[in-house]
Amino acid sequence: MSEPILEIRGLRLAIKTDEGLANVLDHIDFAVARGRILGLVGESGCGKSTIIRAIIGILPPGAEVEAGVIRFDGEDLLGLNEQELNRRIRGSRIGFIPQDPYLALNPVFKVGTQLLEIMRWHAPDEGVRRGERNRRHRTRILELLRRVQLPDPEAAWERFPHQFSGGQRQRLVIAAALASSPALVIADEPTTALDVTTQQQIIDLLRDLVGEFGLSMLFVTHDLGVVAQLCDDLCVIYAGQTVESGRTVAVLDRPRHPYTRALLACHPDRATAFTGIPGAVPSPFHAPPGCRFAPRCGKARPACAVRRPRLVDHDRTGRRVDCVLYEPAEAVGA
Amino acid sequence: MSEPPAILELRDLRVSLGGRRHWLRRAVPPVPAVGGVSFSVREGEILGLVGESGCGKTTLGRTVLGLQRETSGEIHLDGRLVSSAQPKRARVERNDIHYVHQDAAAALDPWWSIGRTLEEGLIIHGGRTAGERRARVREMLAAVGLDESVLPRYPHELSGGQLRRVTLARILVLQPRFIIFDEPTSGLDMSVQAMVLNLLLELRGRLGLTYLFISHDLSVVERFCDRVAIMYLGRIVELAPTGTLFAAPRHPYTRALLAAIPRLAPEPKRAGRLVQSEPPSTACLPAGCAFSNRCPHVKPACISTEPALENVLDHHVACWRWQELRSDARAA
Repeated sequence: MSEPILEIRGLRLAIKTDEGLANVLDHIDFAVARGRILGLVGESGCGKSTIIRAIIGILPPGAEVEAGVIRFDGEDLLGLNEQELNRRIRGSRIGFIPQDPYLALNPVFKVGTQLLEIMRWHAPDEGVRRGERNRRHRTRILELLRRVQLPDPEAAWERFPHQFSGGQRQRLVIAAALASSPALVIADEPTTALDVTTQQQIIDLLRDLVGEFGLSMLFVTHDLGVVAQLCDDLCVIYAGQTVESGRTVAVLDRPRHPYTRALLACHPDRATAFTGIPGAVPSPFHAPPGCRFAPRCGKARPACAVRRPRLVDHDRTGRRVDCVLYEPAEAVGA
Repeated sequence: MSEPPAILELRDLRVSLGGRRHWLRRAVPPVPAVGGVSFSVREGEILGLVGESGCGKTTLGRTVLGLQRETSGEIHLDGRLVSSAQPKRARVERNDIHYVHQDAAAALDPWWSIGRTLEEGLIIHGGRTAGERRARVREMLAAVGLDESVLPRYPHELSGGQLRRVTLARILVLQPRFIIFDEPTSGLDMSVQAMVLNLLLELRGRLGLTYLFISHDLSVVERFCDRVAIMYLGRIVELAPTGTLFAAPRHPYTRALLAAIPRLAPEPKRAGRLVQSEPPSTACLPAGCAFSNRCPHVKPACISTEPALENVLDHHVACWRWQELRSDARAA
């Protein structure tokens, strides 16, 4: 198998705040395989957004990566400086679809102008006259707008963001993310604000685009139903730790980690009763050194609180469960 | 078969919003947000009200509560006519109805401690000593699963799930009989959502409450509600017991909605995407059936006349062709 387009190994990150050091991420491990969609799932505050920010290098002040690597297409992103990230990575080889397209678009410029600017940044076409270049870019953008099924792209060019509906704005930012032909697209909960029928349309569109443009996608969400519909692979995050990852179908059908099981049992499609998960997420200021789910876990052992499980791939499909219950016998004895 | 009596009944309720006339400028016509809604809510049941954003769910809820005045139609509470009253009077008449806001954090005053917020309603309603008020607040805090340590705290110190519980306790102290929930689970994590829903079920049993549950999350509605009303552009297009509606939807719009639920176990082949495009605005409705311009089964009759909500065996549907479509579905 070829190497993954994006690989994160042992990422640990802390943010200095007035209240002390917040250990936001601790042992994040996952990989987005080429041509596939990885769903990154977790509840609010588990560090999903921080992971995205670490990848594209827009961490908040005071944040420091303590350990780990982020490898994109064979290159360590953490080693790049701001200028290199801007010129070669952000927006050009990694596209981004934000959660709220209305915030991502500038309300006082026409949509066409904004999309042209993206093209100008990331595909400069040096040596071509300006008029000729603009014409080329315009053709390419109109083509993309048609592809994302935005009704009447020529008219849309002259309109402002507020003149579009939520679903249409989402299509606009999808087109913007694709404008520079990226290799990887990161989508941050792009369907949460949409109605179910619109959400379904956007999911279908994203799946088609990934196949058509040969993209890989990191799809961040808290909705397991959307993951089941869209993603090939799945990685579950809890309180800044990877808990389980593998093929979507395998993980959803046979969840192994106690947290994944508890989370799935809360889903209305699976729930036998509305029980929820008792307890609360630990604060990143006093996170336990071992498994962060241990205080809420029904199957926790004394070892869980103090050490991380030794990680093993459970089968050839890359299934991984970060839980001491699934450590091979010889590793436990060692 | 004896049905429980209706606690709330709406008859051809219409609400128009906005609209402006000016002697120089062009008049802006009002938007018909709710266009002729009739249904009843039975004592002790949970009625789900489902629809896409902008379909008038929230406006309907606000009108029932009395915050928004109806343009025409009747609202009956316990068989008593409570509509066409002055807004202030309407709230007094409908004292049994209370409302839980969608955004719990925005519904609470950030400068007021939880204790003060909870007591405010009781002070406004009067007739209790300070000791009685505090006892009542404590009782309801316990009922929603919070302890007294939250009383001196402020909204920003609590989590999303705790805030929901506080907004719930705030109206429970007033002894409501009928509660309107506007998207009570939006923005909550799945594990918290499950606990909140569980609490709502328990309180209904313990305090004998009736709920109108406004939501767009069909998987929650399926598990939680006794009956479901599907709303599209200000109209009820289908209303049936939850099991019936999810097993055998009659209206093409309901089928499209159900097909779009992101299920955990995706069906290998879906029966095509039923609806493309997005709903039109309520301000420019198509003629005839409101769904006609998106419906895959549209016929000339659908465009000329609006179908009425007809009731067949407690399953209400507003569609000209539901009987044909049902036999088609059986044949297929």
